[in-house]
Amino acid sequence: MTATLDTAAALEIRNVHKSFGTREVLKGVDLTVDPGDVVAILGPSGSGKSTLLRTINHLERPDLGYVAVHGDLIGVEVRGSHLHELSQRAVRRQRTRIGFVAQSFNLFPNLTARDNVAEPLIAHRRLDKTAAYERSVELLARVGLADRGDAYPRQLSGGQQQRVAIARALALEPTLLLFDEPTSALDPELVGEVLSVIRQLAATGTTLVIVTHEIGFAREVAGTVVFIDEGVIVEQGPPSQVLGAPKQSRTREFLSKVL
Amino acid sequence: MSEPVALAPSPAPTDRVTRFDPQIAHRRVTPRLRPWRWTVSAIVLVVLIQFIVGVFTNTRYEWNKFWPYFTRESILDGVVVTLQVVGLSAVLGLVLGVVVALGRLSTNPLVNGLAWAYVWFFRALPLPLLLIITFNFSYFYPRLGVGIPWGPVFADVQTSSLTPLAIGVIALSLNEAAYAAEVIRGGILSVEAGQIEAANALGLSKARQLRRIVLPQALRSIVPAYGNQLVGLIKASSLVYYVSLLDLFGAVYVLESRHPESIVPILIVGAAWYLVLTAVLSVVQFYVERFYARGNARALPPTPAQRLRRFTVSSYVRLTRRGF
Repeated sequence: MTATLDTAAALEIRNVHKSFGTREVLKGVDLTVDPGDVVAILGPSGSGKSTLLRTINHLERPDLGYVAVHGDLIGVEVRGSHLHELSQRAVRRQRTRIGFVAQSFNLFPNLTARDNVAEPLIAHRRLDKTAAYERSVELLARVGLADRGDAYPRQLSGGQQQRVAIARALALEPTLLLFDEPTSALDPELVGEVLSVIRQLAATGTTLVIVTHEIGFAREVAGTVVFIDEGVIVEQGPPSQVLGAPKQSRTREFLSKVL
Repeated sequence: MSEPVALAPSPAPTDRVTRFDPQIAHRRVTPRLRPWRWTVSAIVLVVLIQFIVGVFTNTRYEWNKFWPYFTRESILDGVVVTLQVVGLSAVLGLVLGVVVALGRLSTNPLVNGLAWAYVWFFRALPLPLLLIITFNFSYFYPRLGVGIPWGPVFADVQTSSLTPLAIGVIALSLNEAAYAAEVIRGGILSVEAGQIEAANALGLSKARQLRRIVLPQALRSIVPAYGNQLVGLIKASSLVYYVSLLDLFGAVYVLESRHPESIVPILIVGAAWYLVLTAVLSVVQFYVERFYARGNARALPPTPAQRLRRFTVSSYVRLTRRGF
């Protein structure tokens, strides 16, 4: 019997398990994401949603199962009847197709905003320094920060830092963008500016997977809402169904706590 | 609802009326004068002046002999030797220290254990002992070569041909690297884990992560600690006298025994030269630290000149506004 990867899917996750020590965080996750879809992953803290996101670009190695992006296995290859982990160099090359935006921005504090965005372009020799700077300013303009290129991260507000981080994640023109609670570290009045940048990205047809606590935003922007609890997907579907008329009692319980 | 916590009652309003010029709200508030600060400064200044005058008028210091000895050829030769030993050991020690620090951070247990053993061994040995062992290295290993283990040797050197300078530099570098490794390891550990995750997510190579992201951030905490190390190295270099190398300390020692009538000025000359070397190092360190502070403070720390100007201006403003 042979299986094939779903080449029509932007992202395919099959039977992903992950344990840290004796604690099993992911207990067999299956998910297929269509190109251009915006997926919001919801779930209580400790449910495994951030770990799931981190397995997508192989920041965590799944113990079992696989992740594929546009029909290519991520971080592993088939050898005989088993999956074998790829070399670091090969994984790094794959990651250039997947953008990742972390909760705490993780901008490089020793580099200016412009250098932060230009860094991946120069590192992967996509562009020389002058061209990389030019491109970097264009990307900063996309997130509304064209004039802050010379600022160091610490001179920027949280919302501005997160927008620079988004510009940096876009630099390599990824086909898939991952957001790990992009607004959780922000002051309430700064959440809006980051969400509006993500909303614009969603409108351009980029495939987005967003772990979030912003239920209202998920309802508005997401094409698919995934509710995850205790390492398994409890329920998934369009927001009107999962958020409007949840079938599972665990989903209802969670929504009643956060809404 | 629980009972509200009782607060002190508001005082009754008084009939007191404060009269003032209505423009007063538009004038800058005069800062307080801080009389104790000026008093303490005056006392410290008086004691300092008294001390300095005392040093220069005390005939036992024999200041008339200071400059001739300070610029004497044998002393200057000693300074050059000290600079060579310190400079070479600082560079070699740092390079080897980076290697050992990376070894200590390696997840390979053998590499990690070896790096640990290196630090343990060279931090444990007193420097004079290490120098003497290095001096006698050729007794244990007359020839050192590169080749196939237990097989033919391609190239080798006679260890007895090592100069005292080479021996001193080797011993100091080995010792320096053990300390430098711990300083560097500490600096690298102080870089947030999220930084490496972000660099990984962008697919940056390990070498580039180290060069562009980790080391520049680690250096902020490495530089002050390593500056400390280098000051220690300058003084430790005086021990190369044990391997018959005439550094600054050696030159002072020899000169002293030849001119017993000038022991005091010669000792002062030695102290003065070590103070000069350390001062130069401290100035360099200040500017290196300032360089690596980029992106970390909203404004760079002021240079001494900038600080002096600010102090003078603010004192002038305080005094003149008061009408002094």
